[in-house]
Amino acid sequence: MKIHEYQAKELLKGYGIPIQGGVIIEDSAEAEAAIDQVNKELGAEQYVIKAQVHAGGRGKGGGVKFASDRAGALEQIQAILGMTLVTHQTGPEGRLVKKVMVGEALDIKQEFYAAITLDRSKDMDVFMVSSEGGMEIEEVAKTAPEKIVKEAIRPGFGLRPFQARNLALALGLEGPAAKQAIGMFQKLYQLYRDLDCSIVEINPLIVTEQGDLVALDAKIVFDENALYLHSDIAEMRDLNEEDPAEVEAAKYHLNYIKLDGTVGCMVNGAGLAMATMDIIKQRGGSPANFLDVGGGANVETVKNGFRIILADENVKAVLINIFGGIVRCDRIANGIIEAVKVLDLNVPVVVRLAGTNADVAKELLANSGVSIISADSFEDAALKVVEAAKG
Amino acid sequence: MAILVNKDSKIIVQGITGSEGSFHASQCLEYGDNIVGGVTPGKGGQTALEGAVPVFNSCQEARDKVGANVSLIFVPPAFAADAIMEAAAAGIELIVCITEGIPVAQMVEVKAFVATTGSRFIGPNCPGILTPDEAKVGIMPGFIARKGSVGVISKSGTLTYEAVDQLCKQGLGQSTCIGIGGDPIIGTTMTDLLEMFEADPETEAIVMIGEIGGSMEIEAAQYARDHVSKPVIGFIAGQTAPPGRRMGHAGAIVSGADESAAAKKRIMAECGITVVESPADIGRTVKAILK
Repeated sequence: MKIHEYQAKELLKGYGIPIQGGVIIEDSAEAEAAIDQVNKELGAEQYVIKAQVHAGGRGKGGGVKFASDRAGALEQIQAILGMTLVTHQTGPEGRLVKKVMVGEALDIKQEFYAAITLDRSKDMDVFMVSSEGGMEIEEVAKTAPEKIVKEAIRPGFGLRPFQARNLALALGLEGPAAKQAIGMFQKLYQLYRDLDCSIVEINPLIVTEQGDLVALDAKIVFDENALYLHSDIAEMRDLNEEDPAEVEAAKYHLNYIKLDGTVGCMVNGAGLAMATMDIIKQRGGSPANFLDVGGGANVETVKNGFRIILADENVKAVLINIFGGIVRCDRIANGIIEAVKVLDLNVPVVVRLAGTNADVAKELLANSGVSIISADSFEDAALKVVEAAKG
Repeated sequence: MAILVNKDSKIIVQGITGSEGSFHASQCLEYGDNIVGGVTPGKGGQTALEGAVPVFNSCQEARDKVGANVSLIFVPPAFAADAIMEAAAAGIELIVCITEGIPVAQMVEVKAFVATTGSRFIGPNCPGILTPDEAKVGIMPGFIARKGSVGVISKSGTLTYEAVDQLCKQGLGQSTCIGIGGDPIIGTTMTDLLEMFEADPETEAIVMIGEIGGSMEIEAAQYARDHVSKPVIGFIAGQTAPPGRRMGHAGAIVSGADESAAAKKRIMAECGITVVESPADIGRTVKAILK
C-alpha cells in the first residue's frame, strides 16, 4: 500500500528524522493561509509547491515548482492544484492533483539517495545509499552501479552501528553531518521494521547550506500482508489514488487490475491469469484486465467478476478460463449461467473449463440456453476470444 | 523414488481442526496419504478427520509419539510464521506451508530460523507437493496427475494444474510436482529443486514455470546451465503485466529490468533451457524433447 509524500514525512518526523516542512491544502482558497503558516512557523521566504499523487517523476511532469516569493507560490498553487499530472508512472491519462504541499524551500549543498527494501535474492533487507541523489535509482543502477552502496541487514540483528557508519562514509560525510546520518539511518530502519514497510526511500536526502541533513522527499510502501498489525497505517490509504474498479473488486476479494485492451479475462489463480493474458496477446488480441477470482470462486464471485469486467467500455469479448482443482467447474458454470441471465450481456463470452467436474459443467452450459462460446483447450479459448473481440 | 514425499512419508497437519485444514487433510487421506496426526495447540488428546487421526498439542509431541517427518500447515497468516518455526524446531524434516498472506518481515525471520535447523521448507502461499500415486502434501487436485518421469516446479497453483494436464494429454506422467509459492520470500527455490530432480533417477525432464518478479528463475537457469544434464523446459508468466503492478502473487511484480518476463526468458534460453512462448505449448514441447 502506497501513501503520499506528506504522510510519509509525518511518519519520519515521528521517528525524529528531520524533514522539509510544509502544509497540505486541497483547496486554493486555503493557499494564502498555508503560505502564511509556512512563512511563520518555518521561517520560509521561498517555497516549493509539490503535487501529492502516488507516482514518481512528479518533478519532471511539472508537479513540483519552486517559487521565490509569495506571489509566485500563489501562482504555482493555482497551477498545480487541479492539474492532471502525467509522469512515466501515471500512464498517459495522468492523475488529477487533489492535494498540494506548500513546502519550505531549502538551500541544497548536496543531494543523496537512501532507501531500504527487501533483497529477495538474499532473503534479507538491504539499506542502500548513493551519492547520486535526485536521480531515479533504476537509472543509477544501470549507468553507474558502483555509486550504489549497500549494507545487508541480517535477520534479527537490525542495522548495526558500524553499518550505519559505513553508509555515511560511503556518502563522503564527515563531522556533524556524518553523525546525523548515522543516527538517521538507524531510525529509518527502525521505522521500516516497526511499520512493516516494503520500501522506505528518501530521494533526495540533502545536506543544506547550513550543514543539516534533511529528507526533502519521502516514499513509503507498506506490506499489505502486515496491514492487519497496523490499523493506523491502513487508515492512511487514499482511495482517490486507486482505480475505482480495482477498489470495487477488492470489496469482493477479487484481484483485479485494469489494462487497456479489449479482451476481458476471468481466471482462477494468479499464474494462470497472467498466462491467459499472455496467450491472448500472442494470438493477436489484447487483454483488458487481470482478474484472479481466487481459490474459492463461486456463483457470487463469478457474477461480481462479470460486472466489473463489463463496466469497462473497451471490453469487446470476455474469456473465462477456469482450471478446477478445489473449485468445482459445475459451480462456476452455474455462476456463469446466472450472471449471463441477470446481467445485460452484450459481448460474446468464451468459456473454457477444465479439471474437477468439467464435463458436468460443459453439459450445464450447453443445456442452459445462454449464449456462450465453448472452448476445449487453453489454445482454443484464446483463438476464439481474440476472434470474437474483433467483432 | 520421486523427490521430497512418497508413500512412506509420515504426515501431520498443523491446523487440522480448522475448516481449511480439515477439508484438505481429508482430501489427502482420500488420496492415500499416510496422515499420522494433526496439531492444534490446546486440542491435544482429541481426534480429527472423523476419528481417523489423533490431535497433538505440539509438533514435538507429534514427532515423539507418532514419528511425524512431514508437516502440512494450514494455520491462519497471523500464526503461520510461528507454526513453521515450531515444526522446524521439532525436527520435522519437510515442512509445507499453504497459508497465504504471511507478512514479509516474518518470513525473513522464518527463513533465517529454519536455516539453523535441518528442515526443508516449501512455501508459503503455495499448492504444496504431489508425487502421483504416492503422496499429496497440499491442495493440488490429485486426479489430474499420473505417475511418470517429468518433474514439475512452479510458482503458481492453477498454472501447474494446466501444465500437468497438458503433460498427461501427451501421455507423460510426473515424478513429483511442486508448487513453491509466489511470495517474495520462499523456503525452497527453483535451484534447490533442480538439484533434487537432477539426482532423482526417476525424473527424465524438468518443467520450470516461473513468473515476473525477483531473480529466482535466472539463478535457477544459471544453475541448470552448469549442473543439470536433464532437459529443462521453462515458461514465464506475465509477459503482458504492467511494470510496478503486483499481479495477484505478492512476489509477482516487476521492479527491476531483469525481473520482466522477456528478460527472464532471454536469460533462460541463453542458459540452454527450452523456453516455451505460449503457455498452451508446455506439454507438446516436453513431448517433442523426450521423443
